[in-house]
Amino acid sequence: MSNKTVSDTASSFTAEIEGRGRLRLADCYQCGKCSAGCPMVDYMDYLPHQIVRMCQMGEDSLREKVLGSRTIWLCVSCETCSTRCPKDFDIAHLMDVLREMSLEAGLQHADASNIIAFHKTFKNGVEKTGRLNEFPLAIGYKLRSMDLFSDVTKFPKMVTARKLRFLPHKIKGRDKVKKIFAKCEARIRAKKRGKK
Amino acid sequence: MTKLGYYPGCSLEGTASDYGISVRRMARALGWELQEIEDWNCCGATAAHQTNHLLALSLPARDLALAEEQGITELLVPCAACFSRLVHANKAMQQDPETAREINDIIEMNYRGTVSVLNLIEALQKYAMPDIAGKVQRNLSGLKVACYYGCLLLRPPKYTEFDDAEQPSSMEDIVRALGAEPLDWPFKTECCGAGLSMSNTGAVVDLTHKILENARHHGARVIAVACPMCHSNLDMRQLDVSRRYGKYNIPILFLSQLVGLALGVSEKELGLKKHFVKATSIIR
Repeated sequence: MSNKTVSDTASSFTAEIEGRGRLRLADCYQCGKCSAGCPMVDYMDYLPHQIVRMCQMGEDSLREKVLGSRTIWLCVSCETCSTRCPKDFDIAHLMDVLREMSLEAGLQHADASNIIAFHKTFKNGVEKTGRLNEFPLAIGYKLRSMDLFSDVTKFPKMVTARKLRFLPHKIKGRDKVKKIFAKCEARIRAKKRGKK
Repeated sequence: MTKLGYYPGCSLEGTASDYGISVRRMARALGWELQEIEDWNCCGATAAHQTNHLLALSLPARDLALAEEQGITELLVPCAACFSRLVHANKAMQQDPETAREINDIIEMNYRGTVSVLNLIEALQKYAMPDIAGKVQRNLSGLKVACYYGCLLLRPPKYTEFDDAEQPSSMEDIVRALGAEPLDWPFKTECCGAGLSMSNTGAVVDLTHKILENARHHGARVIAVACPMCHSNLDMRQLDVSRRYGKYNIPILFLSQLVGLALGVSEKELGLKKHFVKATSIIR
């Protein structure tokens, strides 16, 4: 019997995931418990344990399937999978790693565009003011996603309950927050260049 | 007097302002002094950790470093999502010197890992239990409460180090001490869909429906939560659930509102009028 693990024969895709996420894909023995407890499986194209399996196999054709899957963006980071995994493999963290790689490779699934638009709008707001203001987030998201009319009936109640701030609060250290954003993005870009 | 550092987070100053004001009002009623971190920033939430792992650690790290500089040793973080991001960053920096160096270099501060982060339930366990029972001013007996924990207060346990991830009972202990009746129900740790509320509303309505239906099936008069996203999905999205699945009318109370009510604080001061599903007049 060979003692080879998946990692010993790792493809560049497998190795990249393991390096970036400090994960050992061979830990997963495909019991399927992650998929059994996942609240989002009904909406996914691949089940979570299938994503892990494809990452273990690591062939180039699978790379595009994984990074272009709907699953990685529909994962809502509820952490049920990571909590229940009998091998303590951090699947929710794997999903974060794959999302980051998917964005870098420009492979994101078309159905994920609203979710990605939401994240971008959210981050832009925090980068500018240091805090999130939900009113510009909602407006900015609606413009980016062109999902203009959902939830408009809830707007009057939000206003009367004073749940919306129309003017963003700007923190004093917003230059510092901007610098944090710039440094984090530059470092991710540098890591990507170093890899090529 | 109990003195705690305080990180409200963005939601508690906006769409969950009812949570924000009720936490402050509850703290006053309990004799807690809250020291808000000066000039705190957003924790980055889902948007950061799903797209840039360095940003996901660095944004909360700046808050932890500020707290440390300002002399805070225990930090109350009522928002479950902020709590999750802050404990992630805290553990990552406490456990791995290399990560701590990299993140300190990005934030240009020197966080030494001395702050401990508490969610609302932990703070109540530590600084209000068990003698809170003796401070109760309003009779909540017979009020059937489904305690809903959701995801991020509990999972993953290696970061949260809080209660039992599958069968939590700490919120029930508090609710019981207030004189109300916590229910035994199985959906208390199911996910509501959280941050997909706007970008994938259909899925959130389905998940929220399952939780509301399970609570109703077990006889819940109200659901208690300790997370602004759980609240907005169960309260505001209850209107969408009712449209798709038939009428639901279950008030969703923040734990701080329930504690405040028991301690005799008025409904208005606790922000109970800000809810979509009518939450006033629960107490006779």
